[in-house]
Amino acid sequence: MSKEKFDYFINGEKGKYEVVIGLEVHAQVLSNSKLFSGSSTKFGADPNKQVSLIDSAFPGMLPVINEECVKQAVKTGLGLNAKINNYSVFDRKNYFYADLPQGYQISQYKNPIVGEGKVLLDMPYGSKEIGIERLHLEQDAGKSIHDMDPSSTYVDLNRSGIALMEIVSKPHLRSPDEVNAYIKKLRTIMRYLGTCDGNMQEGSLRADVNVSVRKVGDKNFGTRCEIKNVNSIKFMQMAIEYEANRQVELIEDGKEIDQETRLFDTKKNETRSMRSKEDAHDYRYFPDPDLLPLKLEQKLIDDLKKSLPELPDNKKERFIQEYGLNSYEANVLVSEKEISDYYEEVAKLSDKKLAATWMMGDLFAMLNDKGLNISNSPISAKNFAELVQSIKSGEISGRIAKEVFEIMVESGDNPKKIIESKGMKQQSDPKELEKMINEILSKNKDKVDQYKAGKEKLFGFFVGQVMKLSGGKANPQLTNEILKKLLKG
Amino acid sequence: MSNITNQSLSEILESIKSKKISSLELTQAYIKNIENAKKLNAFVTTTFDQALENAKKFDNKPNNEQLLSGVPLAVKDLFCTENVKTTAGSNILNNFVPSYESTVTKNLWNNGAFLLGKLNCDEFAMGSSNETSFFGNVINPIGDHLVPGGSSGGSSSALAADLTPATIGTDTGGSIRQPASFTGTVGLKPTYGLCSRWGIVAFASSLDQAGPMTKTVNDCSIMLEAMSGFDEKDSTSINKKKETYSKNLKDNIKGLKIGIPKEYRVDNMPKEIDQLWEKGKKILKNLGAKLIDISLPHTKYALPTYYIVAPAEASSNLARYDGVRYGYRSQKGKDLIEMYENTRSEGFGDEVKRRILIGTYVLSSGYYDAYYLKAQKVRQLIKKDFDDSFTKVDAILTPSTPSSAFKIGEKTNDPVSMYLNDIFTVPVNLAGLPALSLPAGLDKQGYPLGLQLIGKALDEQKILNIGYAFEKNCGYKNEIKKWWS
Repeated sequence: MSKEKFDYFINGEKGKYEVVIGLEVHAQVLSNSKLFSGSSTKFGADPNKQVSLIDSAFPGMLPVINEECVKQAVKTGLGLNAKINNYSVFDRKNYFYADLPQGYQISQYKNPIVGEGKVLLDMPYGSKEIGIERLHLEQDAGKSIHDMDPSSTYVDLNRSGIALMEIVSKPHLRSPDEVNAYIKKLRTIMRYLGTCDGNMQEGSLRADVNVSVRKVGDKNFGTRCEIKNVNSIKFMQMAIEYEANRQVELIEDGKEIDQETRLFDTKKNETRSMRSKEDAHDYRYFPDPDLLPLKLEQKLIDDLKKSLPELPDNKKERFIQEYGLNSYEANVLVSEKEISDYYEEVAKLSDKKLAATWMMGDLFAMLNDKGLNISNSPISAKNFAELVQSIKSGEISGRIAKEVFEIMVESGDNPKKIIESKGMKQQSDPKELEKMINEILSKNKDKVDQYKAGKEKLFGFFVGQVMKLSGGKANPQLTNEILKKLLKG
Repeated sequence: MSNITNQSLSEILESIKSKKISSLELTQAYIKNIENAKKLNAFVTTTFDQALENAKKFDNKPNNEQLLSGVPLAVKDLFCTENVKTTAGSNILNNFVPSYESTVTKNLWNNGAFLLGKLNCDEFAMGSSNETSFFGNVINPIGDHLVPGGSSGGSSSALAADLTPATIGTDTGGSIRQPASFTGTVGLKPTYGLCSRWGIVAFASSLDQAGPMTKTVNDCSIMLEAMSGFDEKDSTSINKKKETYSKNLKDNIKGLKIGIPKEYRVDNMPKEIDQLWEKGKKILKNLGAKLIDISLPHTKYALPTYYIVAPAEASSNLARYDGVRYGYRSQKGKDLIEMYENTRSEGFGDEVKRRILIGTYVLSSGYYDAYYLKAQKVRQLIKKDFDDSFTKVDAILTPSTPSSAFKIGEKTNDPVSMYLNDIFTVPVNLAGLPALSLPAGLDKQGYPLGLQLIGKALDEQKILNIGYAFEKNCGYKNEIKKWWS
């Protein structure tokens, strides 16, 4: 793969600017119940149907930590190559809002459960390491619904108390593309681990985006703005683009950038001020006296480490070594655990390299077209492997294979059966081919003469005639060889 | 039988067991007392019909194997009781009916007792005189012009006036021991984590602890046994084997070492308190205990530390009372913020607001380190003082309060002098230790005074034993004329 150069800069009149980005990703922990209560976390229930007395903060109710959520956070930390803290503390973040029943969010402030780690990105200009500052556990708030009634706000507490992991990156990202790669990588890692489903439509993955700009070569960071709660990668990229340009314009105009919290308006494609630093909340963090500090036994951490599945970075290396794939192919095929599982099943039964090409080509195109994913692919891995093998063995040509593939998608049938029943087997008998080619040449004497006189372009015409006569079944390689031989004679 | 209701809980249990009296007769006797004692304002809610039903049920099928068989009990209105209004003495909860039962009260009912009513208290347990309650002040049966102490003032008043055979309170900085001391009754604040906090309206989570209030030390051990125990719903609950305090109650305290902390002799303390302390020492010494002078050097910082930690936690704990989901909601206000402001302005009383403001202030950015963090550090030092002392002594004897019951209205305009009432009780909460207040004598006006026994963490049995021996040899008896009926 050719290495491109990193080139995301903003050119102002007074210089060239670099964009500095840090993300606070909120990932919903995959668990059956909430962080401090037994309520269900299933998405899509009727409003306020998954709310316990604890989630709605009735008098005298107390939180009890859900061990499953703690394990999920530790696993995620391990997946991010991060330091797991044996001692962490839950704090209260105090503020008033209608969808925050307790009047405080239980979060982790000074002592998070996971410390520094790193994530590796594959960019066209090489691989890049993004530092992780920390990961902590916290409760989600409920949802305020403002558009159901002109004069009232409705509150749905189903989400209230669901466990989130806040994953804070270092300010190591430099472009919207890197943000895209980073989020996707985080999501891949968490899906491999089974700690977050990464479903952005359902709000399982959202991010606050910190953006600042500085002249290329500057050592110090510029003043940053935080864009709150962006829930799609596309919007993150748009918001960064807009915000970075806004900041450059301010600097070029000799104006100051205010450190502030901003909102991204997806309709107008712009960010706008939500509150300035002066109006920033004073959250009055303090350790939650209802909860003891969280102490993790080293054994628990070690056991979880042992139980981790193979992670994408390792799997990619293995795919390159074991299956002879290139870095790009390996990257694509490990991007989702289900894809990698499918590929490995196919590769076991067929040509590894050809399987990769066909998966990334026709199979992905078809899935994309039909809005399906690999887990509900109409073609089973076993049938797909047979198709690949039929191509490899020369039983069918690539062109016929595409037809077989189409039929497999429609019928779900085994490719052997399709090839048999439709007589699609490739014509690879040299005698039969020679007979066919002689027939064509004798019918087109004029063209043969022209060819021999130097009009070599006509070779394609003869191939086309062979294919037409054979119903596309003639083995292309053999056809070429025999044609050349006979045209010489 | 003269009057069953002026007997101790253990005597009453005996009478029920031996069928000298039925649960129904007992319940009717208390209901009569309560109806005649409205002047004391000890009750916020009565549950007479439900109590009579339960008494009849018991009489039909008596089970005398339980610790509290067939006994009606009134409890502080800070314990959530299923389908019975629970107010915490506040306007903001004046219409709140929980759908759940607190662990501690459930434990009492599981031991054979049943609810007689809910007792008045200072609003959200913030007060030392029961004058901050939205439902009006409670009167001490000792005298019609006296406060019953606080915040469990309804509990102490009802107990001393024979309106319940025993009761429970909560103690965040002295709210069980001080009212016990003011009414000549026994009150125990258990080790933090011994009784579950689940279902108790929270004031300051790291300090709150429920405990028994009774007429005798034996009663106290029975109640403690019934109400305590591990609860997985409270993360700060201590997971340990349940003890049988009443069965193990012993009055032999020979050879036990009793610490006498010099820091508890405060300036301007009435001479009578000092005399009472001397009397206590003498009694224990005569019983064979050894008195040892000890020092708890950080005691003087306990009160300021308490008045940072407790309001800080309270300011956060009380944020949930916002009018959105339950409780009082103001009808005024054009948006969410105004609704909050009006609801909380109208729903909370002055003392609660004062503490929310103090708590918000000490947690604020820029003040956190100077106040809250420093207070947490001092708290550790106070705890360490006790840990060090308990390597040398078995228990510590101090006065319970710096004075006897004061007059209604006497301190309402002077919060600091009101807070000073807790000076001997708050160190124990900060250290999470158990402490027992025992009636020990009268001042010259004839008002009760109490002594406090502080124990090691989870050493309730020992301070109960010392209290039991003390009680037998002190000769204190509450002589209350029922002037209100």
